[in-house]
Amino acid sequence: MMPNAATKSSGAIAGVTWATLAKDLRLECRSKDAINSMLFFSLLVVVVFSFSFDPNAEESRQIAGGLVWVAFLFAAVVALNQTWARELRNQVLDAYRVSPAPANSLFLAKALGNFVFVAVLELLMTPLFVMFYKLRPLGPAWQLIPIAALGTWAIVVNGTFFAAMSLRTRSREIMLPLLLFPVSIPALLAMVNATTAILTGEMSAKFWIVLLSTYDVVFTIACLLLFELVLNAE
Amino acid sequence: MKRIFSILALLTAVLLSFALYEALVAAPTEQTMGNVQRIFYYHVPSAWTAFLLFFINFVCSIQYLVRPNPVGDKVTNWTVIAIGIAACIAAFVIRPLPQGMEPSSVATTGLAIAGLYFLIKKYFPRERVDALALVSAEVGVVFCTVVLVTGPLLARQVRGIWWTCDVRVTSTLVLWLIYISYLMLRRFSTSGQTPILAAALAIFGALDVPLVYFSIWIFRTQHPQPVIGGGGSIDPRMLRVLLINWLAFLCFAALVCWSRYRLEILQREVEETQALEALLEPRSSR
Repeated sequence: MMPNAATKSSGAIAGVTWATLAKDLRLECRSKDAINSMLFFSLLVVVVFSFSFDPNAEESRQIAGGLVWVAFLFAAVVALNQTWARELRNQVLDAYRVSPAPANSLFLAKALGNFVFVAVLELLMTPLFVMFYKLRPLGPAWQLIPIAALGTWAIVVNGTFFAAMSLRTRSREIMLPLLLFPVSIPALLAMVNATTAILTGEMSAKFWIVLLSTYDVVFTIACLLLFELVLNAE
Repeated sequence: MKRIFSILALLTAVLLSFALYEALVAAPTEQTMGNVQRIFYYHVPSAWTAFLLFFINFVCSIQYLVRPNPVGDKVTNWTVIAIGIAACIAAFVIRPLPQGMEPSSVATTGLAIAGLYFLIKKYFPRERVDALALVSAEVGVVFCTVVLVTGPLLARQVRGIWWTCDVRVTSTLVLWLIYISYLMLRRFSTSGQTPILAAALAIFGALDVPLVYFSIWIFRTQHPQPVIGGGGSIDPRMLRVLLINWLAFLCFAALVCWSRYRLEILQREVEETQALEALLEPRSSR
């Protein structure tokens, strides 16, 4: 009986997750609200930074890791703020709360959706960064892919959670970064240092990748455990 | 209760003035740093007090979340007991302990964690646990601010720099940032379930601190080793002054927390009464 019920419920979680994710992606494909504002925002960051620093190739290797991730973090906040605001219209979120669908599948769908948006943004912005800052990594460049994936998930999983939390506050747009940034400091440190390590090729990024993975695992579990409480806190 | 409160207030005043005298006059002047080193008697006790208060906040937040759920409650109880027992066993089994730890301090810490957990559980019902969490966060932020202000003053004089990216310095700063955002969440929340949101954030913060600690750990640290149970050495007379100061600060923190806690409870009672009156009013006017 038990395994049957378990597979059934995990099937339900996957089904609801997929349905919500597909809906979000379709909405985004048609409206392009989040991706356009994110793209333009990070483009502005790149341009403003490149005017204010104008580094040579060696200097830019040292600072580019920080610049890239700060730009992506700020841009991600733009998308994260829209995650739940969309569901407030027509009381969609309330409908979701009274439905028997598992809360965690909603959370997973939202987090995965944001992951896709931020990943697309990163794919589009990285060539620009390379161009503006004359970047050429001296370390193993392939490692940038797992770092980007883990780092994006670290921002997005906590961001989705705190965006749900900041729904319950006044001035919620400003509340999200206030909640998200302090908790993201270790992740940000790991991403920046890992990226810098690979760009300069001076040291191994292994420690930072392990740290980033730990961060992801710990906070994904914490989010999944606590999300239902936050969703139902009205 | 009022009587105990005034006794505690008197005791705190006496202790604080005695500690002030001890720190500024009685304690021996440090050889290399000179009188500036006396800031240390405020820096370190404030840090210990702040960490204790943040830990109380963490315990209260967990209890607020798990208490309505009997399974979660039981699991947490046994986890806390396991932490106490594991610390006692680990203290005398693991050889050698990591540098800077002594068997007695490890065992005491484990038992203190478990003891604190069950004390709070016994004496605070669920609604009040939240008030205690709020109060300990507020007072903790104040003490943490003292740490962050006195730290650079001391570092500037001793090492010629205001700020370093050292393990404990940065972890303390991150902790402070997290608790500021905790207090802001409580202030800005419009939900009737603010305690749940705040408790969730406190747990995120507590999970974050070890990660911050490890992420900076690999850099060589500039902060002096822990003075108690660590590699650092300290004159016994200085240690005495330090402990007196800590006792005074603890009493002061307890006093402030207590009065703030009473205020918070009163405020909540007033709000409840007002809400009840608002509910009853239309009926009486009819």
